[in-house]
Amino acid sequence: MLDDNDRIFRNLYGLDDWGLAGARRRGGWDGTKAIIDKGRDWIVNEMKASGLRGRGGAGFPTGMKWSFMPKDNADGRPSYLVVNADESEPGTCKDREIMRHDPHTLVEGCLIAGCAMGAHVGYIYVRGEFIREREHLQAAIDQAYEANLIGKNNIHGWPFDLYVAHGAGAYICGEETALLESLEGKKGQPRLKPPFPANVGLYGCPTTVNNVESIAVAPDILRRGAAWFASIGRPNNVGTKLYGISGHVNTPCVVEDAMSIPFRELIDKHGGGIRGGWDNLLAIIPGGASCPLIPAADCEELIMDFDGTRAVKSSFGTAGVIVMDKSTDVVAAIARISYFFKHESCGQCTPCREGTGWMWRVLSRMVEGRAHKREIDMLLEVTKQVEGHTICALGDAAAWPVQGLIRAFRPEIERRIEEFSRKATLDDQGILDPAHLVAAE
Amino acid sequence: MSVRRLAPKEVQPASFEFTPENLAWAKEQITHYPPGRQASAVIAILWRAQEQQTGWVSEAAIRVVADMLEMPYIRVLEVATFYTQFQLQPVGKKAHIQVCGTTPCMLRGAGDLIEVCQHRIHHDPFHLSADGDFSWEEVECLGACVNAPMAMIWSDTYEDLTKESMNELIDGFAAGTPPKPGSQIGRQFAAPEGGARVMKSGGAATYTKVLDMPKEPALADAEPKKQTEAANVQERPAPKPPAADATKTNPPKGGAPKDPKEPKK
Repeated sequence: MLDDNDRIFRNLYGLDDWGLAGARRRGGWDGTKAIIDKGRDWIVNEMKASGLRGRGGAGFPTGMKWSFMPKDNADGRPSYLVVNADESEPGTCKDREIMRHDPHTLVEGCLIAGCAMGAHVGYIYVRGEFIREREHLQAAIDQAYEANLIGKNNIHGWPFDLYVAHGAGAYICGEETALLESLEGKKGQPRLKPPFPANVGLYGCPTTVNNVESIAVAPDILRRGAAWFASIGRPNNVGTKLYGISGHVNTPCVVEDAMSIPFRELIDKHGGGIRGGWDNLLAIIPGGASCPLIPAADCEELIMDFDGTRAVKSSFGTAGVIVMDKSTDVVAAIARISYFFKHESCGQCTPCREGTGWMWRVLSRMVEGRAHKREIDMLLEVTKQVEGHTICALGDAAAWPVQGLIRAFRPEIERRIEEFSRKATLDDQGILDPAHLVAAE
Repeated sequence: MSVRRLAPKEVQPASFEFTPENLAWAKEQITHYPPGRQASAVIAILWRAQEQQTGWVSEAAIRVVADMLEMPYIRVLEVATFYTQFQLQPVGKKAHIQVCGTTPCMLRGAGDLIEVCQHRIHHDPFHLSADGDFSWEEVECLGACVNAPMAMIWSDTYEDLTKESMNELIDGFAAGTPPKPGSQIGRQFAAPEGGARVMKSGGAATYTKVLDMPKEPALADAEPKKQTEAANVQERPAPKPPAADATKTNPPKGGAPKDPKEPKK
């Protein structure tokens, strides 16, 4: 388990003061000027050396992302920093704790990241439902302005303005180009890439979009040194990480621990164990709803990091673990995730708009077994048709949980279908009896 | 995607006008963005309009916001229908309950909460209860998965709910005495039940350079907000009274910000 001295978020549970005085007591804003004085190249190189991978789900190296920003703004276009606080993935609730209990780590991180990418303006895009979190964040920014830590003529010598913007309940705005569209006051429909935001982003200017956690850990990494951060975890998966443990564990919680922690240790130490004991585990979803589920057999040796989850054909995502014990109706659980993606599809690309609804309708029939066995393969085929054929990754994200379900629980689906057929009565109109179908919306 | 349409003509108010404070606030929001990019403020301003209009967005409000931001009406209508936190029809006067029904909450019993809402408010979401005081909907993940199951009412989340506490919650809002927001079983935010297992000291002691600083009071989240109060208003340890005396001619429904120095009546 990670030592308390190695934790970056020292006020995760709100036990201490969230404000500037508290942040300073916990080490925030300490030596920020020295870091900024070392210049953007030093910061970017140090971030690269730290091996920090983006904490928003994709795991792209943060330092490298920062280095893509143009070195000068010769064409007159300003650079922008945009922080993605549109945390809406089911199972993920880590950024919320940063924003409401340790907001100054984020504010300080924004200043440093702004300096590293030549941006003088930063926007933090918070999801609309996080109203209290938005207030805390705004209050922290106001404190920083008052203390002249950020602003036009601040004591750090890098002019930087920081604003809080917010959405209003659209999961898709967590996709970086959809977020930029939303920030421009439009519907959150993702843009085609290329051009990438580092060239053409917010208002057509160079922009970098980073997750809250990626930005908030930067000041501590630079203060303590890249080597310290890189020494935690295993190669290619270094650092500390906020884990969210939800579902059927005894004590769900958010906790910061080292990357590459064994899954069982994470659950036993922090989650208080699986409800009803380890043997009662059915499956987990390791990193938010878009990751394929991992059946219990693979959880025994699972290492919680990017490579460890990939080894069992899932992905690390945001490390929001959803635990399901044997009482779970696993088909219904995945059908609910399918409904989520159907609800949140922006409607721009046909495979996703039509496919997510189709997958949900078929899955909700499979919950009660009202289906043909051949439809399982058809469903799998459709997920492959959706995956990779859309502008953004929401199509992929909708397809993966269904694929994971079929991969791990095909016998369960087949059992339900058989059960249903056995019970079918003579006057039943067959599986597509309109009287029993869920009305298509 | 879901089909979202504006409320029928019969319930649409004839006009909408921002209060002077909200208007000033909206003008300030526009300055956050570069010149000519005032459309960026549309979500924030529309949200404020929703708050002023007791929880929903009318067609008149959409037109007012569009005129203010020099946007075509259709662009603001698109925004209002795309983002699902904008309610397009009137919601309950006392509470509009948003129950999270996504998988993490579902695993821990969100279905029970929805059942309570169906029995006590209306069988279908978005319908007002018989007395018009309540309405409910099932929303997608609200981002408090470790405190599942949970529901959101106006600006506050009520977490770790059970059938019983959901009933108490509705009773509380009906009586005008809503319970304290946050965990309903006394958890310390996202810490495990029974208290934090790591960073028990609260974090300050683990950092070597301890400065002698006064401790600020925590934000007072104990009081739930009413629907007409602006969510974007900052809560500060010692809020300043409004500069002009606009509150006297047009008092906000939730009451003026309280000055802690003012003697209690």
